Amino acid sequence: MNKYTEDDLREELKTKEYEYGFYTDIESDTFPIGLNEDIVKAISLKKEEPEWMTEWRLESFRAWKEMIEPEWANVNYVKPDFQAISYYSAPNSKPKYDSLDEVDPELLATFEKLGISLDEQKKLAGVAMDVVVDSVSVATTFKKTLNEKGIIFCSISEAIREHPELVKKYIGTVVPQKDNFYAALNSAVFSDGSFCYIPKGVRCPMELSTYFRINQAGTGQFERTLLIADEDSYVSYLEGCTAPSRDENQLHAAVVELIALEGAEIKYSTVQNWYPGNSEGKGGVYNFVTKRGICEKNAKISWTQVETGSAITWKYPSCILKGDNSVGEFYSIAVTNNFQQADTGTKMIHLGKNTKSTIISKGISAGKSQNSYRGLVQISSRADNARNFSQCDSLLMGNECGAHTFPYIEAKNKSAIIEHEATTSKIGEDQIFYCNQRGIDTEKAIALIVNGFSKEVLNKLPMEFAIEAQKLLEISLEGSVG
Amino acid sequence: MELKEKLISSFLAFENHVDIDSPIHDVRSEAIKIFETQGFPTKKEEAWKYTSLNSILKHDYSVFPKNENTIEYNDVKKYFIHDIDSYKIVFIDGKYSSHLSQTTHDGIDVCLMSSALNKPKYQLIIQNYFNKIASKDSLTSLNTAFSQEGAYIQIPKNKVVDKPIQIIHFSTGNESALMQQPRNLIVVNENSHVQIIERHQSLTENPVLTNSVTEIFANKRAIIDYYKVQNDNEHASLIDNTFINQKQESHCSVHTFSFGGKLTRNNLNFYQNGERIDSTLKGVTIIGNKQHVDHNTLVHHIEPNCESHQDYKGIFNDSSTGVFNGKVVVNKEAQKTNAFQANNNILVSDKASINTKPQLEIFADDVKCSHGCTIGQLDENAMFYMRSRGIPEKEAKGLLMYAFSNNVLNSVKIPEIKQRITKIIATKLGVNIGFDL
Repeated sequence: MNKYTEDDLREELKTKEYEYGFYTDIESDTFPIGLNEDIVKAISLKKEEPEWMTEWRLESFRAWKEMIEPEWANVNYVKPDFQAISYYSAPNSKPKYDSLDEVDPELLATFEKLGISLDEQKKLAGVAMDVVVDSVSVATTFKKTLNEKGIIFCSISEAIREHPELVKKYIGTVVPQKDNFYAALNSAVFSDGSFCYIPKGVRCPMELSTYFRINQAGTGQFERTLLIADEDSYVSYLEGCTAPSRDENQLHAAVVELIALEGAEIKYSTVQNWYPGNSEGKGGVYNFVTKRGICEKNAKISWTQVETGSAITWKYPSCILKGDNSVGEFYSIAVTNNFQQADTGTKMIHLGKNTKSTIISKGISAGKSQNSYRGLVQISSRADNARNFSQCDSLLMGNECGAHTFPYIEAKNKSAIIEHEATTSKIGEDQIFYCNQRGIDTEKAIALIVNGFSKEVLNKLPMEFAIEAQKLLEISLEGSVG
Repeated sequence: MELKEKLISSFLAFENHVDIDSPIHDVRSEAIKIFETQGFPTKKEEAWKYTSLNSILKHDYSVFPKNENTIEYNDVKKYFIHDIDSYKIVFIDGKYSSHLSQTTHDGIDVCLMSSALNKPKYQLIIQNYFNKIASKDSLTSLNTAFSQEGAYIQIPKNKVVDKPIQIIHFSTGNESALMQQPRNLIVVNENSHVQIIERHQSLTENPVLTNSVTEIFANKRAIIDYYKVQNDNEHASLIDNTFINQKQESHCSVHTFSFGGKLTRNNLNFYQNGERIDSTLKGVTIIGNKQHVDHNTLVHHIEPNCESHQDYKGIFNDSSTGVFNGKVVVNKEAQKTNAFQANNNILVSDKASINTKPQLEIFADDVKCSHGCTIGQLDENAMFYMRSRGIPEKEAKGLLMYAFSNNVLNSVKIPEIKQRITKIIATKLGVNIGFDL
């Protein structure tokens, strides 16, 4: 037993294949590949969108054409050919279902394999799921309960049709169309996503949750999430992803916008486990995500993420602390293995007075992967008494991987207090020895240590999700997480 | 004419009075080409994101001073660490000043770059060391292209240099605007030990731009202590590029004291080419008005079992801006590296700003690397404690700020420098720190 060493673990990590790599054979309604104004218009038409939306998409598309792909991130990859992607794909079994029984059984089986059987979720977790397979939401549960409270939780296409005033008011206010290359692309072609509105003073009674899956070969998925928490409301939102094993690189360019109005609180948790490519670094998802939230007075936004998948991750969930006394938080675990590359972190923009932000980032790299933390803490000149605490810890397994930190700190106010700390280490021999001494074998010891290393972040996940997160960590670091 | 064009055309004139057949000249020609293609760095470049050279490049600098200027020792005595015996290499407007200097060839070489470049007996060393570790970026290349004068220090094996060496650059202001490009080469052989003090001083309010490059080679078990005193007036700008190549078991420390200058940019690069090396990079920055100080450091850990310590403190007043961009790279082979980096800042005024970016790039697993960075204020409790005991606010603040920068002063090995720096800090903070060291 005690012969299990870090080398064995590394060996195991190398050979561990993606467990959830299966492919559901559902007939899909897919557009021809390529991107031009006609495709953008066609997507809009398909979604039965009003004219202003079509125009908004076209505007984004025109801006996108002028933009160039960013290259500053610490990642290397073959750039996707944006003309070789199909920009729309929806499961064929239409129209929408009223109950679960009507859902394509094959699809249900898929979810079961993932361990997220809808029925089970319903009964046990009390989680309302807005399940997105490829691009169209196929089942929405607990809608009734939410309706009673006046909470709107639906797909973004439905929201565009039924609540245009809300969408029109807020879409693109946090992540403008021209914000960056991928955000512009997403704004032009987003196929679906979730929309959520919590009315004034309402505390959302359950964790809202949505699942995204990339299912059809060669279809990039471009979700758009818009979450609005009106004054003094509270919502906890969960997002999780798994994708089937495929050799072709898949592109995922999502945009998430959070709006926390005065006194509101949003907790946004993500478990990301897109297909990371095989042990030779072939295939895997390109994950280029723009996530940003804006906090009005006394509001709070908390991002928690567990990143275990994707060949390339490029993701910086950010908070604009616009209102006085607003709070931003970012908790992240990023695990990379084999040839995965992650460049992730956060931006905390302090604009209001007495704003506070906390950043806890844990990076674990194994195999030949590269794991970077890139963050910005910016204190504007009128952000009196702003406070920031950042901590970035990296754990390295093996000497072929890399861990990098690129923190940017810009302070323009004398009353700001900013602390930044970063450490890089491996699992200490003394730590393992200590455990061995007390009769804990090496495998369990490593599990214990990695678990302890990530605890600060895992603790921030909602109960229902913490279990899922642990499950997903297992795939990346099998044998090391108990 | 833009400064860039002026420099490129000056290069042709420069070629007229240097030996263009020497191998060094090929290095120069190549360097000017690099500068020509890259030009001056702009804010679009990641390394210059927070520092703009625009304000200092607009002057019409003369590249070669027309006449030789002299100054009296008594007028500039205060700029020397004059209470200790030392070797001195003094330049006035970029030209060597023999009557202020005290050089030697007795056992060690403390002399001039120009003679090292021209005399055959130094040829071998120039061939082996000149421009070997200087990077190929545009400003360093610009200096390489015009490299002609500067300090040349060569210490043979097993030699402890008996007294510190002072390198001082004065600019007289006889030119309306002057650009100088000193080039220094320091080679310290096995088991030797040397202490060097470098200072740039402008004597009038005419703008001066100094683009300096220093290459330092520390061979096995060498010990080098380098002190940079930057307390120039607010019309002088300095771009200092220092490259240090360390061999096994050598110890190098660079202390940078930035108290003045309009714009100061310190590019400090350490390359650890051997095992069990120790590198120390420390700095204190206390500035006000519209001054700008940018510390850009790199420590590259190439081999195992090495250490590096970085500790930079900054106090920023008025509309000053500070930049710290520290980078630690640990190669895959460099196991058991111990790298530590700290950057602490105090903003005294609302108009002051600080941008800091401490980076780690780590490719080895068995390492201990950490960096810490803080921006904050003076401890209110400590202030209250002192004021309740009758210490006036100003004094109390001064004491706290002195204490804040004290860590860096602790490792200064020449007491006279420590004293001098303490005095400068006291003047800067406007208090009389009434205790001796």
